[in-house]
Amino acid sequence: MKSLIGWGAKPVDSHVNEKTDQQWSLFRKLMLGLTPGQYLGQALRNPFNWILGIIFAIGLPLIAYRFIFGLSVVTHGSNDYPWGLFLGFGLFAMVPLSASGFMLGTAVEIFGRHDFEPIERLALLNGLLGYLFAVIYLLVDLGQPWRLPYPMVVSFGPAAVLFLVAWHVATYLSVQVAEVSVSFFEWIGWLGGKRFIRRIALGLTVSGIILSTLHQGALGALFNYAPGKVHPLWYSASFQWIHFFCSSIPAGLCMVIAVSTVVKKTMAWRCDDNFKDNLDRCTLGLAKGASLALITYLAIKMIGVAHDNEWGYLATGWGAWFLFEMVVGVILPIILFAYAVRHQAVNLARVGAFVTIFGIVLNRLNTALIAFNWQLYQEVPHIFEVIIAVTIFAIYVVVYRFILYRLPIIFSWKEQPQEALAAQAARPAPIKTSTAPIGAMYRKID
Amino acid sequence: MSGISRRRFLAASLAGCAATTLAGPKKALAAGSFEGYPDGMGVLVDLTRCIGCRSCEAACNKEQNLPAPDRPFDDKSVFDETFHGGKQKRRPDENAYTVVNRYSPDDSDRPLYRKVQCNHCNEPACLSSCFVNAYTKTKEGAVVYNSKVCVGCRNCMVACPFNIPGYSYSSAFDPVVKKCIFCHETRLKKGLPPACVDVCPQEALTFGKRKDLIKIGHQRIQTHPGRYLDHLYGEKELGGTSWMYLSPVAFDEVGFDPNPGNEPIINNVKDFLGTVPMVLAIWPAMFTGFHLLAKKKEHDEHNHDVEKQHDEEGGDQ
Repeated sequence: MKSLIGWGAKPVDSHVNEKTDQQWSLFRKLMLGLTPGQYLGQALRNPFNWILGIIFAIGLPLIAYRFIFGLSVVTHGSNDYPWGLFLGFGLFAMVPLSASGFMLGTAVEIFGRHDFEPIERLALLNGLLGYLFAVIYLLVDLGQPWRLPYPMVVSFGPAAVLFLVAWHVATYLSVQVAEVSVSFFEWIGWLGGKRFIRRIALGLTVSGIILSTLHQGALGALFNYAPGKVHPLWYSASFQWIHFFCSSIPAGLCMVIAVSTVVKKTMAWRCDDNFKDNLDRCTLGLAKGASLALITYLAIKMIGVAHDNEWGYLATGWGAWFLFEMVVGVILPIILFAYAVRHQAVNLARVGAFVTIFGIVLNRLNTALIAFNWQLYQEVPHIFEVIIAVTIFAIYVVVYRFILYRLPIIFSWKEQPQEALAAQAARPAPIKTSTAPIGAMYRKID
Repeated sequence: MSGISRRRFLAASLAGCAATTLAGPKKALAAGSFEGYPDGMGVLVDLTRCIGCRSCEAACNKEQNLPAPDRPFDDKSVFDETFHGGKQKRRPDENAYTVVNRYSPDDSDRPLYRKVQCNHCNEPACLSSCFVNAYTKTKEGAVVYNSKVCVGCRNCMVACPFNIPGYSYSSAFDPVVKKCIFCHETRLKKGLPPACVDVCPQEALTFGKRKDLIKIGHQRIQTHPGRYLDHLYGEKELGGTSWMYLSPVAFDEVGFDPNPGNEPIINNVKDFLGTVPMVLAIWPAMFTGFHLLAKKKEHDEHNHDVEKQHDEEGGDQ
């Protein structure tokens, strides 16, 4: 794409083709304003697509294989380790990494931190896709995936934690679809939809916080069903759900830093100046937030150990592994972030973000797989299980990129004159009318 | 602005209240110490009487129409089988709802045999972890499973403290959870003992009302104090189980979790379930409040340009 831009191609960022003064058709919008030949050419020139091609060539048949012959041919799923890599990585790690949606939603919509707006849409999209693919990992793992809606419509088990997870993920997914749909409405040019979502944005954001708190926590509480199976250092009878909820905060924030870093490196042509110029400042802001969340997480992890009096385990091999997770996954990024924020070293903050992500993924894998059944034996995932997990992640990357190329996530959509007028007409929202008298009052007092 | 958010706040509060009300009766069921249905049946397993003949395995296989095993049921060499580097003995799975294992404890001059199957807990972890309510604790004492609604999430297997449920991983289109169902449909409902108890030549298995079995168990301990450990495993463990065990040696020497605690698994998640209506009720007001505070500040800044500039210089905080 970069070279095409060099030759004068201009990626679509408005409804009108500037060269011909004609409206882009939906097909040309999908083609990024290129002709099919140009589009295919740029796709084939990208070496990353070749890597993806190889992954899909191996992985997609394996996924089909799993659905024809059952889980036993592709996983080591056993009666002792019912949950393998699909859930350990796909669900338990992808969900905290997608906490970005509600974090940035809260910062911008609730706390009014409009300085984070350039990165808000990316965070919302990251949240939506992470959840969506967590569900896709789940579908691959479920014995009877076609029964996924059963807890919603057929048979209810409301006293089960998983019931909460199912309902909250489902409702939160629809909340996130609504939040991200603003960009989609801009892209297809339906302003009514966009205005409607803006009107209910506060409600959406607040429900996003509620649903996230509950199901990020609920994922942790799932392990409360297995008190004897998870190693005591990764299990905390009273605080398991708080540990999971709290660690999802740095996970979500760092995922936004990581994704925006990759985006800036690999698709700079697609980012607009607003995004590029503000990214460093936003990154440091997010790093600051993440480091505070990590410090809190470190504190409550230590409280967890102290509360159940598990200090003795720290001297064992499991203790060493636990300390590794804490030192590398939590303390190291805290130091990196502290240094980065103090010295405005943005790239160091980015390193810290990747380290944090590693730490959170390690924590979830430890809880769900490695330290699970610690008294029995160690489960090693099947190679096909690893390949399928990588393949689904590759699909996630492709969908992510597909959307970032097209929808105004990291660039802003140029409104047509009449749309701008319509938007202006719609703008005197209740906010201004209701607060104007207050402002006037203040002025009088002054 | 304030009107809209108040309406939203009310709506959210109502939703919270509705959720609390809905969650009410279910929580009452989970609360307290449920000791099983008064006429619930059970089985008392006396490890001192078992000779490892495996006829219970054969009877179960026949009663439940399970596939024929690789090795016949009179083949004693299966007792030498170990898995995962010798760390594990045989366990129930999709083809066997019960298995007998052999142990050679230090304090016993002869090997001991222990039959493993679903213990049919009073407050089953599988039941309370199932999000489609596929499990039922019947009034006869059995924990039965409804394959028609099972989604195949296998949370019940994670939750079971005895590692009992097996899963038909090799089935692509109709995988189900497989475990002992106490011969509920074919026998227990009619007041008959399960097939394994019926066939036992040693009377190692005693079928009866759970409350009577507890008395019998303690009587045996009292009559033969040297023969048994003074502990009826399953009387109190994890809220009590329908199947209970008498052993001459410490229970961890015959493959039991020595100290699973007396709390049913559901007690571990009750605290979390209790926070759910609280979050639903508190968060909307709290965050809408935060929002209003943040808005107020902005307008102040708007009116005091100097302050705003100052804030910008301070960077994000």
